[in-house]
Amino acid sequence: MQWNSVGEFFAMGGYGLYVWGSFGACALLMVAEPLLARRRLSEVRKILARERLADELDLQQKNP
Amino acid sequence: MRQSIVHWFKFASPQSFYPLAGRMIPWFWAAAAIFGISGLWISFFVAPTDAQQGEGYRIIFVHVPASWMSMFIYLVMAFWAGLGLALNTRVSGMMAQALAPTGALMAALSLWTGALWGKPMWGAWWVWDARLTSELILFFLYLGFMALQAAIDDPRRADKAGAILALVGVVNIPIIYFSVKWWNTLHQGSTINLTKAPSMAQTMLWGMMLMALAFWMYSIAVALMRVRAIILERERHTEWVKHAVE
Repeated sequence: MQWNSVGEFFAMGGYGLYVWGSFGACALLMVAEPLLARRRLSEVRKILARERLADELDLQQKNP
Repeated sequence: MRQSIVHWFKFASPQSFYPLAGRMIPWFWAAAAIFGISGLWISFFVAPTDAQQGEGYRIIFVHVPASWMSMFIYLVMAFWAGLGLALNTRVSGMMAQALAPTGALMAALSLWTGALWGKPMWGAWWVWDARLTSELILFFLYLGFMALQAAIDDPRRADKAGAILALVGVVNIPIIYFSVKWWNTLHQGSTINLTKAPSMAQTMLWGMMLMALAFWMYSIAVALMRVRAIILERERHTEWVKHAVE
């Protein structure tokens, strides 16, 4: 290992801004994208559940 | 032989692909995590300092995987789109649609990390050379594909229009790949080559490969998540969807 301290690790030999800017952007987008994908799935599931409920209420009204 | 063909076609229906994708997603996340953690460990703690670029070269561990995936996802997306166009299978178009945002994300990351690498090493965030420009075009191809699909209401027609755009855009992939050979450029040549031994330290190579695998597994996992949402959105009026979501 080439780092003698935590500060040295974050400084990245003077390239800290560039290295952490790159890894940080990757981390940010690669956390956000799955969250958005999951929300899209749960959203469509919610709509489907609502439609299903509406269908059931319809049926109940038709034959009480 | 015949039975195995039937077996594969079974998964071409949204109804059987939806639960299959759901079962596969956790495995791809697990693989992405394992490759990602070991790749990051090598990237920061095992790989030595570069003789020329100091610690700044470590951007390679995300830049190269993102760039590879941006090109590879495009090929996979065009393959699915073309298959859908030729065979009219429903899942193919959905797969292409699910891959596009992830491909766009990889292209964006490739450009972003490239800019952050170019500034300290070349003195410029951006230059209009062949490699960078063709990668930017790839990013716009993804955005164009997504915009075109979003603009057409009928999903089957959207798939067809998107497929044609995706297939025409494939010509850009070899241009990106060979751009560093065909034109004079600031961008360095490929460090990994099919014909000669890699021109980098073993540990750096390992870190890059593990990170590339992590990005690959990530892309599959997130695309499968998205395709499940798309399947439900498009098939919401069918009987099986009503029973699939309890």
